[in-house]
Amino acid sequence: MDFLLQPWPWFIGGPLIALSLFLYFYFGQNFGASTNFETLCTMAGAGKVSDYFKKDWKQRDFALLFVVGLIIGGFISANFLVPNPTIDLNPTTVQELTDLGFANVGESYFPAEIFSDDIVFSLKGFVILILSGVLIGFGTRYAGGCTSGHAITGLSSLQLPSLLAVIGFFIGGIIATWFIIPILF
Amino acid sequence: MKNIKFLLLGIFFAIVLSKSQAISWYRFYEMFKFQSFHMFGIIGGAVVISAIIMQLFKSGKIKDINGNKIVPKPKKKGVISTVFGGTLFGLGWGISGACAAPVFVILGFKFLPALIILLGALIGAFIYGLIAKKLPN
Repeated sequence: MDFLLQPWPWFIGGPLIALSLFLYFYFGQNFGASTNFETLCTMAGAGKVSDYFKKDWKQRDFALLFVVGLIIGGFISANFLVPNPTIDLNPTTVQELTDLGFANVGESYFPAEIFSDDIVFSLKGFVILILSGVLIGFGTRYAGGCTSGHAITGLSSLQLPSLLAVIGFFIGGIIATWFIIPILF
Repeated sequence: MKNIKFLLLGIFFAIVLSKSQAISWYRFYEMFKFQSFHMFGIIGGAVVISAIIMQLFKSGKIKDINGNKIVPKPKKKGVISTVFGGTLFGLGWGISGACAAPVFVILGFKFLPALIILLGALIGAFIYGLIAKKLPN
Protein backbone atom coordinates (compact mmCIF):
# COMPACT_ATOMS: atom_id res chain seq x y z
CA MET A 1 0.00 0.00 0.00
CA ASP A 2 2.89 2.30 0.78
CA PHE A 3 4.19 1.77 -2.76
CA LEU A 4 0.82 2.79 -4.18
CA LEU A 5 0.99 6.13 -2.41
CA GLN A 6 4.58 7.01 -3.40
CA PRO A 7 5.44 8.59 -6.76
CA TRP A 8 6.66 5.90 -9.16
CA PRO A 9 10.13 6.30 -10.72
CA TRP A 10 10.63 6.19 -14.49
CA PHE A 11 11.81 2.57 -14.45
CA ILE A 12 8.40 1.54 -13.08
CA GLY A 13 6.35 3.86 -15.31
CA GLY A 14 8.10 2.96 -18.60
CA PRO A 15 7.62 -0.84 -18.32
CA LEU A 16 4.00 -0.43 -17.16
CA ILE A 17 3.25 1.72 -20.23
CA ALA A 18 4.77 -1.08 -22.33
CA LEU A 19 2.52 -3.54 -20.47
CA SER A 20 -0.50 -1.38 -21.35
CA LEU A 21 0.53 -1.45 -25.01
CA PHE A 22 0.97 -5.21 -24.84
CA LEU A 23 -2.50 -5.73 -23.35
CA TYR A 24 -4.09 -3.37 -25.89
CA PHE A 25 -2.64 -5.41 -28.76
CA TYR A 26 -3.34 -8.69 -26.98
CA PHE A 27 -7.00 -7.66 -26.73
CA GLY A 28 -6.93 -7.35 -30.52
CA GLN A 29 -6.58 -3.61 -31.15
CA ASN A 30 -3.91 -1.08 -32.07
CA PHE A 31 -2.68 1.07 -29.18
CA GLY A 32 -3.32 4.79 -29.60
CA ALA A 33 -5.53 7.58 -28.31
CA SER A 34 -5.90 10.43 -30.78
CA THR A 35 -8.37 8.71 -33.15
CA ASN A 36 -10.89 9.22 -30.34
CA PHE A 37 -10.96 12.94 -31.16
CA GLU A 38 -12.30 12.00 -34.59
CA THR A 39 -14.71 9.45 -33.17
CA LEU A 40 -16.13 12.04 -30.74
CA CYS A 41 -16.56 14.49 -33.66
CA THR A 42 -18.44 11.79 -35.57
CA MET A 43 -20.70 11.13 -32.59
CA ALA A 44 -21.39 14.86 -32.27
CA GLY A 45 -22.70 14.82 -35.85
CA ALA A 46 -19.68 16.07 -37.83
CA GLY A 47 -20.65 13.65 -40.61
CA LYS A 48 -23.41 16.06 -41.61
CA VAL A 49 -20.81 18.66 -42.52
CA SER A 50 -17.97 16.56 -43.92
CA ASP A 51 -17.75 13.08 -45.43
CA TYR A 52 -14.47 12.65 -43.56
CA PHE A 53 -16.48 11.97 -40.40
CA LYS A 54 -18.97 9.55 -41.99
CA LYS A 55 -17.67 6.54 -40.11
CA ASP A 56 -19.27 3.87 -38.02
CA TRP A 57 -18.20 4.84 -34.50
CA LYS A 58 -19.66 1.66 -33.04
CA GLN A 59 -16.64 -0.19 -34.47
CA ARG A 60 -14.52 1.95 -32.16
CA ASP A 61 -16.59 1.56 -29.02
CA PHE A 62 -13.69 -0.29 -27.37
CA ALA A 63 -11.59 2.89 -27.68
CA LEU A 64 -14.38 4.98 -26.17
CA LEU A 65 -14.54 2.58 -23.23
CA PHE A 66 -10.77 2.98 -22.88
CA VAL A 67 -11.30 6.76 -22.72
CA VAL A 68 -14.00 6.40 -20.06
CA GLY A 69 -11.50 4.23 -18.17
CA LEU A 70 -8.88 6.98 -18.47
CA ILE A 71 -11.24 9.50 -16.90
CA ILE A 72 -12.22 7.11 -14.08
CA GLY A 73 -8.56 6.21 -13.49
CA GLY A 74 -7.64 9.89 -13.36
CA PHE A 75 -10.40 10.54 -10.84
CA ILE A 76 -9.31 7.59 -8.67
CA SER A 77 -5.67 8.75 -8.81
CA ALA A 78 -6.50 12.38 -8.03
CA ASN A 79 -8.65 11.48 -5.03
CA PHE A 80 -7.01 8.40 -3.56
CA LEU A 81 -3.61 7.58 -5.05
CA VAL A 82 -1.73 10.89 -5.13
CA PRO A 83 -1.84 12.12 -1.51
CA ASN A 84 1.29 14.21 -2.11
CA PRO A 85 1.31 15.81 -5.58
CA THR A 86 4.72 17.47 -5.11
CA ILE A 87 7.00 17.09 -8.15
CA ASP A 88 10.71 16.67 -7.46
CA LEU A 89 11.86 19.19 -10.08
CA ASN A 90 15.33 20.25 -11.10
CA PRO A 91 16.14 23.44 -9.08
CA THR A 92 16.98 25.19 -12.37
CA THR A 93 13.44 24.47 -13.62
CA VAL A 94 11.94 25.84 -10.40
CA GLN A 95 14.07 29.01 -10.63
CA GLU A 96 13.24 29.59 -14.31
CA LEU A 97 9.50 29.22 -13.82
CA THR A 98 9.57 31.35 -10.66
CA ASP A 99 11.38 34.06 -12.65
CA LEU A 100 8.61 33.87 -15.27
CA GLY A 101 6.10 34.61 -12.51
CA PHE A 102 4.85 31.10 -11.67
CA ALA A 103 4.00 30.65 -7.99
CA ASN A 104 4.42 27.43 -5.93
CA VAL A 105 6.37 25.70 -8.71
CA GLY A 106 6.30 21.90 -8.40
CA GLU A 107 4.00 21.82 -5.38
CA SER A 108 1.25 20.22 -7.44
CA TYR A 109 1.00 18.43 -10.80
CA PHE A 110 -0.43 21.43 -12.62
CA PRO A 111 0.49 25.12 -12.34
CA ALA A 112 -2.43 27.27 -11.21
CA GLU A 113 -1.36 29.83 -13.84
CA ILE A 114 -2.68 27.47 -16.56
CA PHE A 115 -4.84 24.89 -14.77
CA SER A 116 -7.24 26.58 -12.40
CA ASP A 117 -10.95 27.29 -12.68
CA ASP A 118 -10.26 31.04 -12.22
CA ILE A 119 -7.90 30.99 -15.20
CA VAL A 120 -10.52 29.29 -17.36
CA PHE A 121 -12.78 32.32 -16.86
CA SER A 122 -10.07 34.81 -17.86
CA LEU A 123 -9.76 35.63 -21.55
CA LYS A 124 -6.02 34.90 -21.67
CA GLY A 125 -6.33 31.62 -19.80
CA PHE A 126 -9.26 30.43 -21.90
CA VAL A 127 -7.50 31.29 -25.17
CA ILE A 128 -4.28 29.51 -24.09
CA LEU A 129 -6.21 26.36 -23.16
CA ILE A 130 -8.48 26.20 -26.19
CA LEU A 131 -5.77 27.08 -28.74
CA SER A 132 -3.35 24.50 -27.35
CA GLY A 133 -6.23 22.03 -27.59
CA VAL A 134 -6.86 22.95 -31.24
CA LEU A 135 -3.14 22.45 -32.00
CA ILE A 136 -3.21 19.04 -30.26
CA GLY A 137 -6.36 17.89 -32.08
CA PHE A 138 -5.36 19.20 -35.51
CA GLY A 139 -1.70 18.18 -35.16
CA THR A 140 -2.34 14.58 -34.11
CA ARG A 141 -4.78 14.00 -36.94
CA TYR A 142 -2.50 15.60 -39.56
CA ALA A 143 0.49 13.64 -38.26
CA GLY A 144 -1.58 10.45 -37.96
CA GLY A 145 -0.97 9.83 -34.28
CA CYS A 146 0.05 11.12 -30.88
CA THR A 147 2.52 10.10 -28.20
CA SER A 148 0.88 6.68 -27.71
CA GLY A 149 0.37 5.94 -31.40
CA HIS A 150 3.61 7.37 -32.81
CA ALA A 151 6.16 7.72 -29.99
CA ILE A 152 5.38 4.36 -28.35
CA THR A 153 3.65 2.10 -30.92
CA GLY A 154 5.20 3.53 -34.09
CA LEU A 155 8.79 3.84 -32.84
CA SER A 156 8.77 0.41 -31.22
CA SER A 157 7.52 -1.17 -34.46
CA LEU A 158 10.31 0.68 -36.30
CA GLN A 159 8.13 2.82 -38.56
CA LEU A 160 9.85 5.73 -40.28
CA PRO A 161 6.79 8.07 -40.28
CA SER A 162 6.69 7.78 -36.50
CA LEU A 163 10.32 8.85 -36.17
CA LEU A 164 9.53 11.92 -38.30
CA ALA A 165 6.42 12.63 -36.23
CA VAL A 166 8.35 12.37 -32.95
CA ILE A 167 11.01 14.74 -34.32
CA GLY A 168 8.11 17.12 -35.09
CA PHE A 169 6.67 16.66 -31.57
CA PHE A 170 10.01 17.74 -30.11
CA ILE A 171 10.48 20.67 -32.48
CA GLY A 172 7.04 21.95 -31.43
CA GLY A 173 7.56 21.22 -27.74
CA ILE A 174 10.94 22.96 -27.69
CA ILE A 175 9.58 26.04 -29.51
CA ALA A 176 6.69 26.12 -27.01
CA THR A 177 8.77 25.86 -23.83
CA TRP A 178 11.79 27.90 -24.90
CA PHE A 179 10.04 30.70 -26.82
CA ILE A 180 6.25 30.75 -26.40
CA ILE A 181 5.87 30.14 -22.64
CA PRO A 182 8.23 33.09 -21.84
CA ILE A 183 6.11 35.35 -24.08
CA LEU A 184 2.83 34.18 -22.54
CA PHE A 185 3.96 34.60 -18.91
CA MET B 1 -19.86 -6.61 -22.61
CA LYS B 2 -16.78 -8.18 -24.18
CA ASN B 3 -15.09 -4.78 -24.38
CA ILE B 4 -15.22 -4.09 -20.66
CA LYS B 5 -11.54 -5.09 -20.55
CA PHE B 6 -10.71 -1.87 -22.40
CA LEU B 7 -12.44 0.11 -19.66
CA LEU B 8 -10.30 -1.64 -17.03
CA LEU B 9 -7.18 -1.14 -19.16
CA GLY B 10 -8.02 2.58 -19.37
CA ILE B 11 -8.25 2.78 -15.58
CA PHE B 12 -4.91 0.96 -15.25
CA PHE B 13 -3.18 3.14 -17.86
CA ALA B 14 -4.51 6.31 -16.22
CA ILE B 15 -3.14 5.21 -12.84
CA VAL B 16 0.26 4.41 -14.41
CA LEU B 17 0.42 7.85 -16.06
CA SER B 18 -0.73 9.55 -12.85
CA LYS B 19 1.59 7.73 -10.48
CA SER B 20 4.66 8.15 -12.70
CA GLN B 21 3.76 11.87 -13.01
CA ALA B 22 3.59 11.54 -16.81
CA ILE B 23 0.53 13.80 -16.87
CA SER B 24 2.21 16.66 -15.01
CA TRP B 25 2.72 19.91 -16.90
CA TYR B 26 6.01 20.41 -15.05
CA ARG B 27 7.39 17.07 -16.20
CA PHE B 28 6.91 18.00 -19.87
CA TYR B 29 8.35 21.47 -19.34
CA GLU B 30 11.43 19.84 -17.77
CA MET B 31 11.68 17.35 -20.64
CA PHE B 32 11.57 19.97 -23.39
CA LYS B 33 14.14 22.01 -21.44
CA PHE B 34 16.36 18.92 -21.09
CA GLN B 35 16.52 19.53 -17.35
CA SER B 36 15.44 16.08 -16.20
CA PHE B 37 15.83 12.48 -17.31
CA HIS B 38 12.46 11.40 -15.86
CA MET B 39 10.23 11.65 -18.98
CA PHE B 40 13.00 10.48 -21.32
CA GLY B 41 13.37 7.45 -19.07
CA ILE B 42 9.63 6.74 -19.12
CA ILE B 43 9.17 7.15 -22.88
CA GLY B 44 12.54 5.55 -23.75
CA GLY B 45 11.92 2.63 -21.38
CA ALA B 46 8.43 2.10 -22.79
CA VAL B 47 9.76 2.16 -26.38
CA VAL B 48 12.63 -0.27 -25.74
CA ILE B 49 10.41 -2.82 -23.99
CA SER B 50 7.65 -2.34 -26.56
CA ALA B 51 10.19 -2.96 -29.35
CA ILE B 52 10.95 -6.37 -27.81
CA ILE B 53 7.21 -7.07 -27.52
CA MET B 54 6.74 -6.06 -31.18
CA GLN B 55 9.39 -8.59 -32.23
CA LEU B 56 7.48 -11.32 -30.36
CA PHE B 57 4.30 -10.17 -32.17
CA LYS B 58 6.04 -10.18 -35.56
CA SER B 59 7.57 -13.61 -35.11
CA GLY B 60 4.13 -14.92 -34.16
CA LYS B 61 5.31 -16.12 -30.72
CA ILE B 62 2.53 -14.09 -29.12
CA LYS B 63 -0.94 -14.15 -30.65
CA ASP B 64 -3.92 -12.08 -29.60
CA ILE B 65 -6.76 -13.21 -27.38
CA ASN B 66 -8.59 -14.67 -30.40
CA GLY B 67 -5.52 -16.53 -31.65
CA ASN B 68 -4.84 -14.10 -34.50
CA LYS B 69 -1.41 -12.82 -35.43
CA ILE B 70 -0.79 -9.33 -34.03
CA VAL B 71 0.18 -6.83 -36.73
CA PRO B 72 0.60 -3.13 -35.86
CA LYS B 73 -1.16 -1.00 -38.47
CA PRO B 74 1.24 0.81 -40.77
CA LYS B 75 1.31 4.53 -40.00
CA LYS B 76 0.30 6.91 -42.75
CA LYS B 77 3.27 8.02 -44.79
CA GLY B 78 4.16 11.56 -45.79
CA VAL B 79 7.09 13.66 -44.70
CA ILE B 80 5.28 17.02 -44.63
CA SER B 81 2.22 15.74 -42.79
CA THR B 82 4.12 13.86 -40.11
CA VAL B 83 6.78 16.52 -39.46
CA PHE B 84 4.51 19.56 -39.77
CA GLY B 85 1.50 17.92 -38.07
CA GLY B 86 3.85 16.64 -35.39
CA THR B 87 5.25 20.13 -34.85
CA LEU B 88 1.76 21.62 -34.45
CA PHE B 89 0.91 18.89 -31.96
CA GLY B 90 4.21 19.55 -30.14
CA LEU B 91 3.34 23.26 -29.83
CA GLY B 92 0.05 22.43 -28.13
CA TRP B 93 1.69 19.71 -26.04
CA GLY B 94 4.49 22.04 -24.91
CA ILE B 95 2.11 24.82 -23.91
CA SER B 96 -0.58 22.81 -22.12
CA GLY B 97 1.39 19.70 -21.17
CA ALA B 98 -1.51 17.57 -22.37
CA CYS B 99 -1.55 14.94 -25.11
CA ALA B 100 -4.25 12.68 -26.46
CA ALA B 101 -4.55 10.11 -23.65
CA PRO B 102 -3.46 12.31 -20.71
CA VAL B 103 -6.05 14.99 -21.52
CA PHE B 104 -8.72 12.51 -20.42
CA VAL B 105 -6.74 11.55 -17.32
CA ILE B 106 -6.32 15.24 -16.46
CA LEU B 107 -10.12 15.55 -16.59
CA GLY B 108 -10.11 13.50 -13.39
CA PHE B 109 -7.63 15.94 -11.80
CA LYS B 110 -8.52 19.37 -13.13
CA PHE B 111 -11.91 19.05 -14.74
CA LEU B 112 -12.70 22.48 -16.14
CA PRO B 113 -9.29 23.40 -17.66
CA ALA B 114 -8.95 19.91 -19.18
CA LEU B 115 -12.47 20.17 -20.59
CA ILE B 116 -11.47 23.35 -22.45
CA ILE B 117 -8.35 21.64 -23.86
CA LEU B 118 -10.50 18.67 -24.93
CA LEU B 119 -13.04 20.98 -26.56
CA GLY B 120 -10.16 22.63 -28.43
CA ALA B 121 -8.83 19.23 -29.52
CA LEU B 122 -12.25 18.27 -30.93
CA ILE B 123 -12.41 21.59 -32.82
CA GLY B 124 -8.88 20.90 -34.11
CA ALA B 125 -9.77 17.38 -35.27
CA PHE B 126 -12.94 18.77 -36.88
CA ILE B 127 -10.99 21.47 -38.78
CA TYR B 128 -8.57 18.77 -39.95
CA GLY B 129 -11.49 16.67 -41.22
CA LEU B 130 -12.86 19.63 -43.17
CA ILE B 131 -9.62 20.49 -44.94
CA ALA B 132 -7.81 17.12 -44.95
CA LYS B 133 -8.08 16.69 -48.72
CA LYS B 134 -6.55 20.10 -49.42
CA LEU B 135 -3.51 19.64 -47.17
CA PRO B 136 -0.12 18.59 -48.58
CA ASN B 137 1.04 15.15 -47.53
